[in-house]
Amino acid sequence: MAQKHIVDARGSFCPGPLMELIAQLKSAAVGDEFEVLSTDKGSVNDIPEWVNKVGHAYVGTTEADGVWHVTIRKMK
Amino acid sequence: MRILIVGGGMGGTILGNNLARRLAGEMRGGKVKLTMLSASDKHMYQPGLLYLAVGRMTPDELYRDQASLLEPGIDFHVDPVETFELDKNQVKTKGGRTHAYDTLVIATGSRPMPQSIPGLAENAEMFYTEETALKMFKRLQSFEGGRVVVCVGVPHKCPMAPLEITFMLHDYFKDRGMRDKVQLHYTYPIGRTHSLENVAKWATPEFERLGITYETFFNMKEVDGQKKVLRSEEGNECKYDLLITIPSHKGMEVIEKNGLGQNGFIPTHRHRLNMEGRNNVFVLGDTTNLPISKAGSTAHFEAEALGENIAAMVKLGAPVRDYDGKVFCFIEAGKDRATYAMFDYQNPPDPKAPTRAVHWFKTAYNKLYWISARGLL
Repeated sequence: MAQKHIVDARGSFCPGPLMELIAQLKSAAVGDEFEVLSTDKGSVNDIPEWVNKVGHAYVGTTEADGVWHVTIRKMK
Repeated sequence: MRILIVGGGMGGTILGNNLARRLAGEMRGGKVKLTMLSASDKHMYQPGLLYLAVGRMTPDELYRDQASLLEPGIDFHVDPVETFELDKNQVKTKGGRTHAYDTLVIATGSRPMPQSIPGLAENAEMFYTEETALKMFKRLQSFEGGRVVVCVGVPHKCPMAPLEITFMLHDYFKDRGMRDKVQLHYTYPIGRTHSLENVAKWATPEFERLGITYETFFNMKEVDGQKKVLRSEEGNECKYDLLITIPSHKGMEVIEKNGLGQNGFIPTHRHRLNMEGRNNVFVLGDTTNLPISKAGSTAHFEAEALGENIAAMVKLGAPVRDYDGKVFCFIEAGKDRATYAMFDYQNPPDPKAPTRAVHWFKTAYNKLYWISARGLL
């Protein structure tokens, strides 16, 4: 059964939210969802851009109290 | 109080010395017992491996006896932990001993995993161990020209290493009078040349100025050693004659085997540094799952905050400060210039143009490290 993972990358300048996501995706199962918490607005663009390049699915983004929640699904 | 530190790397060593000084009276009076367990009787200055790979340091400069770095009063054993029994507040070691504790600190570090990418370990050079750094040095010496590709796994220890080795390779080949025979190509997993945006803003024009080509959004998928081709998850191919990798890392196997954290990284509170769900277990350095750099300086600053807090818990009954995410990284921009990046959870870095003075300071720090490990710097 697919799981939902939270990647809490708030305040992460290095390695940053996208690298945190890439690192955690490796050991997940196909179908799992990842919600990345980021205080870097750049994540709104760079996470979907990478996800589309690699062939995973971009689910959506919300924002609350200065934290962006970017959700994706592992597809392969 | 029985304080047990598992791991004798930078974080564990600085913390042990910090606590031994703060709690010297309590240790003399028998109120506090401080024990350290490590897998080795030697302590390695890991940043020196970068220099070893390009012939600027030698192996003997990388090591000291671990016992010589520790304050008197620390009960040090070379006997790695095999089993963590957190519900019983005890660990069991390879040597068959059981150590009970009131406060446990886990600082076991991380390990390179080139084998996680098919073909990478067999076909790429790396500098994350003494053996592989020496092998890389010999390979560089016999290299007569061609396409050199730098490839980067995630997560990796020392976020500046990809840039540093690339700039140092540029100078290495230049010094050998063969830079014109080498095409130096840098790849990076995300959409710019470094995870830190301001570092990328500095590094990208440096690459262009030095004739270093680069490719972003490149995550290694497999290496075909027969065809000398590196393939990416993004669907691109990259030909090479010499492949240099900064491999992905995992936490230590003992952490995974004991079920303390996925991939060997323990879920850790970002300010208090306690293991999530455990008030008397703390985690330092590469062993945490915190979204910050896996680097010696991270372990150093965490150890200082944790040392102050554990000492305060002994003396005052409560911790007194938060770890703020502070990291300080030197960035070697070649053989004779360097800059640095300093940042925390709230403030991004703003690196300046590289200078010889910062490089000299980094060169000095390569020696001063041994004072730093003793907790004096």
